[in-house]
Amino acid sequence: MIVDVPQRPPLRDVHDHAVVEARTAVEAVIRLESARLIAGLARFADGDIGLAEELAQDAVVAALEQWPQDGVPRNPGAWLMTVAKRRAIDQFRRGRDLERKYAEIGRALAAAGDDGTAEFDWVTADDIDDDLLRLIFTACHPMLSVPARTALTLRLLGGLTTAEIARGYLVPEATIAQRIVRAKKTLAAARVPFETPDGLQRAERLGSVLEVIYLIYNEGYAATAGADWMRPDLCYEALRLARVLAGMLPGEAEVHGLAALLEIQSSRLAARVGPAGEPVLLLDQDRSRWDRLLIHRGLAALARAEDLCSGAVPGPYTLQAAIAACHARAVVAADTDWEQITSLYSVLAEVAPSPVVELNRAVAMSMAFGPQAGLDLVDQLAAEPALRNYHLLPSVRGDLLARLGREAEARAEFQHASEMTLNAAERELTARRARTGR
Amino acid sequence: MRFLGYTLGDPTTPIPPPSPDMFARMDELVAEATKAGVLVATGGVGPFEEATKVRYSDGEFTVIDGPYTEAKELVGGWALMEVRDKAEAIEWTKRYLAAAGGGESTLREVF
Repeated sequence: MIVDVPQRPPLRDVHDHAVVEARTAVEAVIRLESARLIAGLARFADGDIGLAEELAQDAVVAALEQWPQDGVPRNPGAWLMTVAKRRAIDQFRRGRDLERKYAEIGRALAAAGDDGTAEFDWVTADDIDDDLLRLIFTACHPMLSVPARTALTLRLLGGLTTAEIARGYLVPEATIAQRIVRAKKTLAAARVPFETPDGLQRAERLGSVLEVIYLIYNEGYAATAGADWMRPDLCYEALRLARVLAGMLPGEAEVHGLAALLEIQSSRLAARVGPAGEPVLLLDQDRSRWDRLLIHRGLAALARAEDLCSGAVPGPYTLQAAIAACHARAVVAADTDWEQITSLYSVLAEVAPSPVVELNRAVAMSMAFGPQAGLDLVDQLAAEPALRNYHLLPSVRGDLLARLGREAEARAEFQHASEMTLNAAERELTARRARTGR
Repeated sequence: MRFLGYTLGDPTTPIPPPSPDMFARMDELVAEATKAGVLVATGGVGPFEEATKVRYSDGEFTVIDGPYTEAKELVGGWALMEVRDKAEAIEWTKRYLAAAGGGESTLREVF
């Protein structure tokens, strides 16, 4: 009689289908719980998100060892939180100087009468939301550089690995890892409080959060370098973050404005790439491929944003969403309300003046009032130093010249544009237009 | 990635009426999934015996009213989820079934 057969044989064969399946399931659960886990721990770590992430990582390692064999616990988030807190308390009790920072958390937990054994049923959804909100405000702190903010946000809020972030931005993994390490050190050194800012700070800090999400989206939507015209994974991650933020800050007009903008832009993701991966411009897109569900969600979010503005001038994201909505409402390109778009761009140019907005206003004017009207504005912009290296300026100018029948000048502009862009697919498009003059 | 999750059941086996407790759990889950940006649309489906089939073949339309005899039918509700991969859709479906207290859901990727 065999007596010591283990009830569950140790998992050795990674090719075993069941093992792979269990591991995939566990990894999905961890990804879903990761941001909330780090957020919850950061509160106890006195806002040290680097330390919170280390503790979370310890719990994740334990989960990866235990869950594939024992099954995923009924409340995986609470399990991870409990394990992470116990780890901190252990370090505290052992009084290890080496692990001094762990000990600080352990002391805080012990002082709060929290021994890490509770089921944490008292943690309400609102508590979790508050912690997540503090985490996103911290990760997007204006004291960090923009690349640091985006990398940290994707890592902590998106649960993306450094390898995934590096792929999204086409930079070496070590660069992203460095960026994240330095960002965490900067925050810890400045003792940035783990809080949702209020008062005068709030608008500026919220602006930074919205900007980070917007930039992540844009990096995916108009990939600035590399072979692909789009990296849709970044777009979807930004859209998801915008939705999460709208759920946490339902009273902020611009949060809904940003969510509306990203929903509507995302509705075109499938239509703006041709069969060979080439860009398809807005007016040439097959609108039957636009995602009606995302348009519907975008229009609903825009309506909420406009309601919350209640008569005041909307913010830049709400205005951009309103412009995107004009396109979304046009079932065929010829139905587009260009006069409305022109006037929205005029408001946007006042709220958030920028040469890029002016360039877009010129395009809208050319559609509403003819190519000459657009060209007049573009020629004023050509002197703008901020636009000197902006490849869309010669591209737009070429387009307007072509529509005016000035073919030779148009070709020269397209040639110029194709030399300026770093994106291969976009370079191909403008080079083709340089050859055909159309 | 977008997945449609729907519940299949055997129409001859009556489903026990949902308890207030289950409603509370379901409300909580729906709020959580919506806030997570995962649940993008959800709804119910009318009873299968009231379904109508419209067929077109050999140049002729046929309209057939229920009831039909099918072993498993779409019952209850459906949910459209936006997730990063199928494993996430499976995890949310598990959470749904746990809140429902039992049942079987089918997941189909939609494009």
